Amino acid sequence: MTPDLLEQGTRRVEARMAALQAAKGNTESGGRAAGFGRLKVSDEVDVTHGRILYLEDVSVSFDGFKAINKLSLDIAPGELRCIIGPNGAGKTTMMDIITGKTRPDEGRVYFGSTLDLLRYTEPEIAQLGIGRKFQKPTVFEQLTVFENLELALKTHKGVKSSIFFRLDSTQADRLAEVLHTIHLAGSVTRPAGNLSHGQKQWLEIGMLLMQDPKLLLLDEPVAGMTDEETERTAELFLSLKGRHSLMVVEHDMNFIRTISEMVTVLCDGSVLAQGTLDQVQTDERVIEVYLGR
Amino acid sequence: MSTNISLPSRAPLLSGKGWSAFILALIVVCAVAPLLNLVVPKASPFHMSDYAVALLGRIMCYAICALAMDLIWGFTGILSLGHGVFFALGGYAMGMYLMRQIGLEGNYKSSLPDFMVFLDWKTLPWHWTFSDSFPATLILIVAVPGLVAFVFGFFAFRSRIKGVYFSIITQAMTFAAMLLFFRNETGFGGNNGFTDFKRILDIPIATPGMRMTLFVLTGLTLLAFFLLARWLVLAKFGRVLQAIRDAETRVMFSGYNPIGYKLTIWTLSAMMCGIAGALYVPQVGIINPGEMSPANSIEMAIWAAVGGRATLIGPIIGAFVVNGAKSWLTVAYPEFWLYFLGALFIGVTLFLPDGIAGLVKKLKRGAK
Repeated sequence: MTPDLLEQGTRRVEARMAALQAAKGNTESGGRAAGFGRLKVSDEVDVTHGRILYLEDVSVSFDGFKAINKLSLDIAPGELRCIIGPNGAGKTTMMDIITGKTRPDEGRVYFGSTLDLLRYTEPEIAQLGIGRKFQKPTVFEQLTVFENLELALKTHKGVKSSIFFRLDSTQADRLAEVLHTIHLAGSVTRPAGNLSHGQKQWLEIGMLLMQDPKLLLLDEPVAGMTDEETERTAELFLSLKGRHSLMVVEHDMNFIRTISEMVTVLCDGSVLAQGTLDQVQTDERVIEVYLGR
Repeated sequence: MSTNISLPSRAPLLSGKGWSAFILALIVVCAVAPLLNLVVPKASPFHMSDYAVALLGRIMCYAICALAMDLIWGFTGILSLGHGVFFALGGYAMGMYLMRQIGLEGNYKSSLPDFMVFLDWKTLPWHWTFSDSFPATLILIVAVPGLVAFVFGFFAFRSRIKGVYFSIITQAMTFAAMLLFFRNETGFGGNNGFTDFKRILDIPIATPGMRMTLFVLTGLTLLAFFLLARWLVLAKFGRVLQAIRDAETRVMFSGYNPIGYKLTIWTLSAMMCGIAGALYVPQVGIINPGEMSPANSIEMAIWAAVGGRATLIGPIIGAFVVNGAKSWLTVAYPEFWLYFLGALFIGVTLFLPDGIAGLVKKLKRGAK
């Protein structure tokens, strides 16, 4: 290599650097490099694609019986989705799959765009922000209402933190607020086992609220409630809508009419119809399998 | 938001009355019993006999086991029928040390324990390596039952083995361990186990002073474990345990991983039994594989059930009542003891599901 070639090369580099320098700040993005990616924050729900829950082609069978059959379903952040369907349609199994209790044979289940729920255990999924109310109210019967709510409180849930746990004032305020919301402020020290069926349902909903989940799965939340209690539950759910996403499985059509915007009809483990309650109620196939003529 | 609700504050470790009773128990163990046994002359009606010291010392060891059972069964709902193994493991760890303390005074005047000479072994087996050291023995007393429990519990809880299945495999575990320890090749003295102890920390073991020291130590351990258990149970940790007992799926869906909680309390409870076993062996002067027999573990569950589960104090009372009755009945009507034990268990299950502690509570409420 000769010295003059080296010199030329140096001059070219200098010219190029100068050109780049001049071009800086002259682009559409103000000189910043274009960025199409976002940082993936682990264990945080990414809802930028407008979906908080996403099931695709999920199938599961028990002893040859297909409980869920190529089910695809998605829920938007802040949405209140009602799920109806005949017995054995796979409603509870679907919730089992979302919460990690049952592993599907195939398909994908995503929480937000990045969290593959099939890779997490039940407690981890709960910690990620999915709360679940069971069909049969499940509360800790030997513990008081207060203790039930305290256990559900969103906090570190390891052994060590539980041994040294103390309720701080923010948490106490939150607890008191939830007690008001679920109308159990007068029963703070009562054992949960002594509550009425409807009150147990409320307590379980209260425990979900204490967890502050992003998505609530509610399996027949108003079963066994009085009309007045049902009405109050509807009010509560409507007030939760927007801040939380809710998926409600119910048979009570009046209740659904009060709260629903979008209704999904499940049958034989897959989605049969989807739309407003009026739309699905006039759907021939739905009438056939579920509503009856 | 009007928050005019008074939330319950954290319960104190013991109530005023509770502390009084606790301190009373402390005084009895540390001052009254030694005084009555060692100072008051034998002729006096207030003299506490050596027999009573031995009996109560032994029962206090059992009470520690009952307390451990209460933590795992009463509070967490896991019925272990294999806690005898942990008791015996602690006992064997202590027994090995006591065997080495015999020194050259055994029947064969050898530096090896008699049974090894009898088996014609020339050197100590590897697992006797630390048996000469008292500090190492103290560590082994806790570590061996703890480790066995941890490994066993890890696999059992991870596989979600629950209820009666868990009880059955713990029962199988204790039976298997018993068969293993019965064999001479395992190096634990076979069916004779260890006995004929001479010294502990180079101090003769069969003196009234040493007996009383062990008695006081056992009492203090029991009281300390009671406080520890009470503290754990009153923390949120204790409520998670009860929640696991009542509705484990709800616990999981509330974001708790039950395995860690079960494993912690299971291992702790095994360690408590190990310590109880280690205190037991120098007091009774013998340890053999019989301590691992399935019936022993079942008896522990009976103490807890008779006293009242999930009350802590109940199982301690239960251990005293059942073993008190046993020591009297096995002398007076030796052939009826097992029938009595069975009848007691059935009676308690049918009529006193909350045990003696539950009965007392009910009577108190009735009196009001």
